[in-house]
Amino acid sequence: MLSPSVTSRSGAGDGEKTMTEAATQSASLDGLRRDTIRHKGAIVGFLAPFLILFAATYLVPVGYAVYQSFQKVVRVDLYSPPTSRFGGLEQYERVLESSEFWQSILRVLELAAVQMPIMLGLALLFALLLDSPVVKGKTFFRLAYFVPFAVPGVVAAIMWAFMYAPSLSPLPVLARNIDFLGSSTVLWSIGNVLTWTYTGVNMLIMYSALKAIPPDLYDAAKLDGAGQIRIAWSVKIPLIMPALIMTMVFSVIGLMQLFNEPMVLRSVSRGVSSTFAPNMLVYATSNVPNYNLAAAFSVVLALATGALSFGFLKVVQRRAF
Amino acid sequence: MATTQSTRQVPLVSADAPDGDESPRGPRESRASTISSGLLMVVFAGYFLTPLWWLFVASTKRLEDLSTTPGLWFGDGFHLFSNIGDLVSYSDGIFVRWMINSVLYAGVGAALGTLLAAMAGYAFAKYTFPGRDWLFNSILAGVLVPATALALPLFLIAAKVSLVDTYWAVFIPSVVSPFGVYLARVYAAAAVPDELLEAARLDGAGELRTFATIALHLMSPALVTIFLLQFVAIWNNFLLPLIMLQDDKLYPLTLGLYAWNSQVDAAPWVRLYAIVGSLVSIVPLIIAFLSLQRYWRGGLSAHAVK
Repeated sequence: MLSPSVTSRSGAGDGEKTMTEAATQSASLDGLRRDTIRHKGAIVGFLAPFLILFAATYLVPVGYAVYQSFQKVVRVDLYSPPTSRFGGLEQYERVLESSEFWQSILRVLELAAVQMPIMLGLALLFALLLDSPVVKGKTFFRLAYFVPFAVPGVVAAIMWAFMYAPSLSPLPVLARNIDFLGSSTVLWSIGNVLTWTYTGVNMLIMYSALKAIPPDLYDAAKLDGAGQIRIAWSVKIPLIMPALIMTMVFSVIGLMQLFNEPMVLRSVSRGVSSTFAPNMLVYATSNVPNYNLAAAFSVVLALATGALSFGFLKVVQRRAF
Repeated sequence: MATTQSTRQVPLVSADAPDGDESPRGPRESRASTISSGLLMVVFAGYFLTPLWWLFVASTKRLEDLSTTPGLWFGDGFHLFSNIGDLVSYSDGIFVRWMINSVLYAGVGAALGTLLAAMAGYAFAKYTFPGRDWLFNSILAGVLVPATALALPLFLIAAKVSLVDTYWAVFIPSVVSPFGVYLARVYAAAAVPDELLEAARLDGAGELRTFATIALHLMSPALVTIFLLQFVAIWNNFLLPLIMLQDDKLYPLTLGLYAWNSQVDAAPWVRLYAIVGSLVSIVPLIIAFLSLQRYWRGGLSAHAVK
């Protein structure tokens, strides 16, 4: 797994000192004193292209969305054009009062509680099996399980939408007896598309972490007569915990952003409303168009997702690094 | 289940054992567990592969045969190539246009994005300057901002500068990859030795030249990974183009196929195009994935950096 511990934190504290000193030092001392900035031009040259675009596509839009979320559109009378005014927390109150918002969050949480453990549990099982000597034909299975990840979410959903339809399903018996697209089942049909698409890549992340364990760590366990299951449970799983938590973080972030699959299934299922997932709500609100409210939805979602994944990452770092 | 292994064999298990199929990692397992786990793996291989097989088979059928012939086997005749012919000529070849758009957005966008991420990551890893950690942490915070939460703010900004419904509206945001910078920094810190850079400097090489000739080369496994991750992210992107684009000539494949799929009720013949188009759109990606597979795993494991 990627280990953030590799990134060095040296030189953190003396940032301010260096800046003021660098300004006063003459250029002739450049490179002689340890705390002058060496290769200033190169640093600027390497960083500027990314930072400019980062500012234009992250900082400015986020800032503007926050600004928009504090505005409201008012009309003085019927004949004057609508104008934007400062609205305070008005949009945020509407977000928190919106039952559609809470319902969409609840749907995502339902998926997170059911689909995520199934998907990651399967991924872990497959990764452990591939890492153990009991399975033959590992290369084939690794590829077969990973292939769905190459299919874009929209295409995967189109494909499954056809297969859920009774007239086209490859398993007509199943599709005729189970209404995969009904309002109470469609959430799990979406969950199935997600499981199909992402189990393989999660398996691969875990498998890579397993491969990175030096084999001699198993020697002691083997000498004690431990079998594969015991080794998996007591040695392998604890050692790849950071990777496991990382897959959870990615899954939670992914679920909070759920959009493509329900959007596609919406054309074939009455069970998917235009506000089914949080992001569909943002999209529907901006289509009204009510940009101020949509911006407030975006800000709340970004904060919630950010806080969630940041919290997860903190846990990982405390546990593993 | 476990049989004791002779201690003499242990040192033979090298830490650099190739990632082959049968690296001896444990005692021999019982037949029962081999068979049951093999069966499980086969069943799930069926789960993962059946939809793709269905897509392929459906693409070889005529529209009227889709609902009358068994889903998992071929119908009357093999019409894949005539279907593809119809697909690319339908509506003045709009599908080919979407394909080219996707290649441009994802290919050029990921290549440029990887270069920018490599430069920034290298600078963070190999230079000390005031505010470095503060700057890097703000970029890391960007990783936490979900891409979909950014789509609407980006639209509002694009509207301000009249970029809505242009190539740039989708292309420019796609180039920026904070996660790529993070990966590049981790790799550069581990894979590019300071001594080598100092030696290059002593030899009189400029910073840019050192980066281009030494660092980029040493970072290349990570760069392939960053490129792939970003390529896939852009190729799969749907919300941003959906919000930004009205003109269907600018659509990427995902948006185009979505548009077709939403028309199925009004124009039933589009159903076959959506199916064949889906197949055509994923074949190049599957080939690229499978052939570059080792880079995925290289990128997913920091220990690949020795």
